[in-house]
Amino acid sequence: MYQDPVQWRIEVDRLACSGTGLCLGTAHGRMRLEAGRARPVDELISPDDGVMDAAETCPMEAITVREATTGEVLAPLR
Amino acid sequence: MHESLGFQLSAMNASQKVEIMTVTDSAGPPKYPFGTVVRLDLHRRYLELCRNEPVSRVTMPYGGEAWLITGYHEIKQFLADPRFSSHAATAHDTARVTPLPLRPGNLLSMDPPDHGRIRKVVAHAFRPRIVSQLADRMRALVTAELDTMENAGPPGDLVQRLAIPLPVRMIVELFGVPYEERAEFRRFSDVFVATSAHTKEEIDEARDGLETFLRKLIAKRRGNLSDDLLSVLIEALDAGQLSETEAVRTGIGVLMAGHETSLSMISNVSFLLLSQRDLFVQLSHDPALMDPAIEEMLRIIPLRSVGSFPRRASEDIEIGGVLIRRGETVIFQRAAGDRDERVFETPDTIRFDRESNPHLGFGHGMHFCLGASLARAELKVALEELTARFPTLRLTGPAEDVPWKPGLIARAPAALPVTW
Repeated sequence: MYQDPVQWRIEVDRLACSGTGLCLGTAHGRMRLEAGRARPVDELISPDDGVMDAAETCPMEAITVREATTGEVLAPLR
Repeated sequence: MHESLGFQLSAMNASQKVEIMTVTDSAGPPKYPFGTVVRLDLHRRYLELCRNEPVSRVTMPYGGEAWLITGYHEIKQFLADPRFSSHAATAHDTARVTPLPLRPGNLLSMDPPDHGRIRKVVAHAFRPRIVSQLADRMRALVTAELDTMENAGPPGDLVQRLAIPLPVRMIVELFGVPYEERAEFRRFSDVFVATSAHTKEEIDEARDGLETFLRKLIAKRRGNLSDDLLSVLIEALDAGQLSETEAVRTGIGVLMAGHETSLSMISNVSFLLLSQRDLFVQLSHDPALMDPAIEEMLRIIPLRSVGSFPRRASEDIEIGGVLIRRGETVIFQRAAGDRDERVFETPDTIRFDRESNPHLGFGHGMHFCLGASLARAELKVALEELTARFPTLRLTGPAEDVPWKPGLIARAPAALPVTW
């Protein structure tokens, strides 16, 4: 039976983001800077540990990763 | 009018001028660093390079040639690209300004995915909302130190009474170093951050000494965990999130940065405000300028004496129209990029009213300063208390007489004798 592959959604709080660029290296290829603030290259992605690390380490706590269908927060966890 | 720091810098000494002339005659790339480090001056050559050749070739004191990046956009591109490997730069043939390359296993010498795995262990403790809970502690500490200075003086020494106690106490508490053991730690830390002030052997010995110190701390703290960073590292170690070497070296990195870097910066900021005293007066009269003033000083002060930690290209990468080949070493001068006229209007002028100040004082990319919030909070508390309590504060003599600590990674005055 066909099952949808798990997808994650990347959200960036553009007001909280201060453009440190930390996510650009940690989640290489997944994030970009636009006018000095981070944006996901694609909001919906297949699971990627680098994106989890970026959400866990963002100094401004500006990145949230959710399970796309349920909306459950995957990172940051604390 | 504010006296421009850059204007002061433009007065090059004779040996620097001679060097520039010989460089154009010689066959190889110019020798790096370009000249003696003087106070908070940024060597003029950086600004010429930023304008004309933001990615250029230099010959390093150790390990041969490297690329030097001095342009703002080029530095940001470099720092955001993990294909420039910090780990590869731990190899002993890496071109560099320090006698030894960094050891592997420290956050600063890591690449993804290791870097993210370790950084998330320690990141929580340094987030703005966690650090803001420390503000009252900071203020109490600074008040007590300044009480002591006021009662004993004038004169007083801002390095001993402000720049050392505040960051040392904060990082020691955050980390969980027993207060009575901080002297042992301090013994190694000055050597650890040397460029030319100590030999390779002395630096290696200090690194070993610090690693032993950390291992002892970890052993003692086991079974007595609290909410400090040492406990966080031990829990992560036991959970298999990082190795013992990674815990020890990351711990040292955090301690060193939280301590040497912040105390240097508090000293430098105090020096800058008192050597161009109209800036100090502005801050005393208008405390609302504090936040933008701190950002402006983070931009203008070249905290690093020379260059940066190196990274090496893991493949061919183009930056600013220059092809960096796989294996080649790259360093950057952040302070040059932060005076890039493509980004900052009148970049050499210190202005507390800049509308936008996207400086790179805390770096950029995945190695963005872990302690940025803590450092900002410490600077703010230190300067608020200083300007409010001592509006007549001034150096006891000419700024040129202030002694500096040469040959360290970060610039810092050895003492800041003040009166009021």
